[in-house]
Amino acid sequence: MKSLALHILDIAQNSLRANARNVSIHVSESREKNLYRMEIIDNGEGIDPSVFSRVTDPFYTSRTTRKIGLGLPLLLQHAEQAGGSMEIESRPGKGCRVTAHFMLDHLDRPPLGDIAGIFRILMCSNPAIRFTYLHETDKGEYKIDSQQVINELGEHEIMKPLVQKLLKEMIAENLQSISVS
Amino acid sequence: MEKIKTLADLKKKSQDMKSRIELREKSNAENLIQVKVAMATCGIASGAKETMEYFMDELDKRNIDAVVTQTGCMGYCYAEPTVEVTLPGKEPIVFGYVNTQKANEIIEKYIRNGELVEGIIPVNYQTIDNK
Repeated sequence: MKSLALHILDIAQNSLRANARNVSIHVSESREKNLYRMEIIDNGEGIDPSVFSRVTDPFYTSRTTRKIGLGLPLLLQHAEQAGGSMEIESRPGKGCRVTAHFMLDHLDRPPLGDIAGIFRILMCSNPAIRFTYLHETDKGEYKIDSQQVINELGEHEIMKPLVQKLLKEMIAENLQSISVS
Repeated sequence: MEKIKTLADLKKKSQDMKSRIELREKSNAENLIQVKVAMATCGIASGAKETMEYFMDELDKRNIDAVVTQTGCMGYCYAEPTVEVTLPGKEPIVFGYVNTQKANEIIEKYIRNGELVEGIIPVNYQTIDNK
């Protein structure tokens, strides 16, 4: 994974496979504390205690199409390489929360990447799921909620590529104004 | 170009540009072309996001009505990014190693003209496990 946005896309796929209806993504960064934190919270099925200890094992997966599962192990590796850590909290039926910390100025911290594009992909391919994205920086915060976008623009509009493109530009523009790094 | 900051700006802008879209809305849903991009860890790590955005933007630019969506891992991790294309009334076809260049070829040859291009993953492919 070349960027944190790709990790977010990847972890969100886990939430979708766990039949989550709500997926919220929260990124906060602080230059002062030298901290970059990202969190993906869903209300899906959660992780069964019997497999919980193995989710960061690259040779464990719940899929049947292949024998390895690298999503969480790769995120863990990236977090640890950048002086951080990763925690997973989950109970069956109660959803799941994945939190990764990084040192903001660490050379090995992946850049945020095209989070606006990722939000577009997630939202437009899963219109029935509510995605929220909150990004906090020292300069302020920006929040976008797919439910709000659909209410405002209409379900039909969202399927139009032009609207999707404008949506992506809008998110990128707003994130730029709070100077995300 | 004016910058879009809020959903209200977005709405206004999309209404201004509407006339161009209206023309294409007449085609009915059954005739839609479906493009599914495999979007699991293996796909994402190999650039499926770029491939998916390319399909979304280019099909629109070239005035081709299609639904671009995502799917999970199909087990062809070695050939990611993989893309499944379903033309109306035809069997789905899975293409492997679809970077933007390959995506362009798929749009121009297969989607436009029904001409097959290299890189098809055969449907009868089986892993040793489920022989």
